[in-house]
Amino acid sequence: MFKSPIISACAVAVGLLAAGVAAHADTLAKIKESGAISLGVRESSGALSYTLGDGKYAGFHYEMATRIAADLQKQLGLAKMEVKLQPVTSQNRIPLVQNGTVDLECGSTTNNATRQKDVAFAMTTYMEEVRIAVKANSGITAIAQLNGKNVATTTGTTSIQTLRRNERATGMDFKEIFGKDHADSFLLLESGRADAFVMDGQILAGNIARAKSPADFRIVGEVLSVEPIACMMRRDDPAFKRAVDSSIQAMIKSGDLAKLYDKWFMQPIAPTNTRVGLALSEATKTAWASPNDKPMEDFAKK
Amino acid sequence: MAWDWQVFCKETTSGDVVASCFGKGGDITYLDWMLSAWGWTLGVAVLALVVAMLVGSLMGILRTAPDKRLVFIGNAWTELFRNIPLLVQVFLWYHVLPSIFLSLRGVPSFVLVVFALGFFTSARISEQVKAGIQSLPTGQRYAGLAVGLTLAQTYRYVLLPMAFRIVIPPLTSESMNIVKNSSVAFAVSVVELTMFAMQAGEETSRNIEVYLAVTGLYFISAFAINRVMLGVENRVRVPGMIGGKA
Repeated sequence: MFKSPIISACAVAVGLLAAGVAAHADTLAKIKESGAISLGVRESSGALSYTLGDGKYAGFHYEMATRIAADLQKQLGLAKMEVKLQPVTSQNRIPLVQNGTVDLECGSTTNNATRQKDVAFAMTTYMEEVRIAVKANSGITAIAQLNGKNVATTTGTTSIQTLRRNERATGMDFKEIFGKDHADSFLLLESGRADAFVMDGQILAGNIARAKSPADFRIVGEVLSVEPIACMMRRDDPAFKRAVDSSIQAMIKSGDLAKLYDKWFMQPIAPTNTRVGLALSEATKTAWASPNDKPMEDFAKK
Repeated sequence: MAWDWQVFCKETTSGDVVASCFGKGGDITYLDWMLSAWGWTLGVAVLALVVAMLVGSLMGILRTAPDKRLVFIGNAWTELFRNIPLLVQVFLWYHVLPSIFLSLRGVPSFVLVVFALGFFTSARISEQVKAGIQSLPTGQRYAGLAVGLTLAQTYRYVLLPMAFRIVIPPLTSESMNIVKNSSVAFAVSVVELTMFAMQAGEETSRNIEVYLAVTGLYFISAFAINRVMLGVENRVRVPGMIGGKA
């Protein structure tokens, strides 16, 4: 009686773990053979990639990914290619790319050294800057003024680590409050439970744009960290990486990527027809001027 | 993919691997953090269980009382807390109530979530306690009153000792559920296991290792409660009653 429940539970657990699938090394051949590419998309990554409901997706990186897919189709000479969309989360995106469920994930994945051990990244197409949002009438203009204040951020994001690093470097003490998602964290700021919301700049801008009175909020202070955001794919597949990278480089050269940026960050976007209003940052411009796939750590060293 | 269990020995700010796996002098490793998160999970679960047992038993008893008004109070309580999803209740306690009663703003979210989880579970326990009492033949109640016991004494010495023994198995499930349900506390900024898993997974990119470890801790916690309750069940077993060998 005593042993059987443990043993049966363990047996089930081991069975589940063993169900991992071997990855395909040659993605181009896989696409050609199956006539389909699987794109990883996000449900809510600000204007980078988000859902409109009904299995429809939108956003800067989503549209870029569909153009890359079209270029791949041309390169492979396929008359017809199906584009499958697979929604992914922060928790499952890396395993899904590794096991072949997703061929190319263009969402809001930061290219960092730890992840490079597991997956490969395309050329950086967006530089995310972690910023501080406060109420306009709070008088806060710099991170130094947040000592002892309630600072909201979202569970499962790298911003929490950024805050810890800042605390250690400056000896400040933030009272951190963790929202379960970005909307929740913004509610903490709106309701006054938090004095500041520290998050990726484009997420802050998007939330402020959708707030009841956007004029009440302001993005202030220094850039706390800069993270290169790039499309993610399987490691050790140089032919596929080259194909994706050359598609991105062509889009940069022709100005199409800049047009896409303008469309998603400067113009009103669905579903609410509000504009994010985040001008192209210097960091992103630099990344486009000399395309590279350097991890986040290389930027911090500067 | 290769396993990387060393991730737990990493320092949480610098990412350096600490040889002993436990940080010193203000340094915190992911292992330290996970153990502290486990403590928060157990803290929320055990305190909520105390609240749930006390309030749930009281409400269950009220629902079997002869006085219609008491029955109404017990029923209303049970239906209110049983028919609203747990996560919604947690948000009501955290976002809505403090904007109505300003004094609640200073209350730590840990306390709010203990009451939210405790009251939610109390509705379920009230249902089980009521069922336990109603499963007894009505003659028991009348016998108690007939020998001159007051209503309170009849409950204390006749009905409840039997009713509670009958409902120990469903109460065991409820106690194990409360450990698992305590994961909703992450939504209101309590740094417990689920939040640790989401956060550490993101920071280290070793989601599978982190989730496996956290799953193990949830399993151990719930299973420990199961064993404790089984011990209680055996300890209080009365020969001739349900579950007791004659």
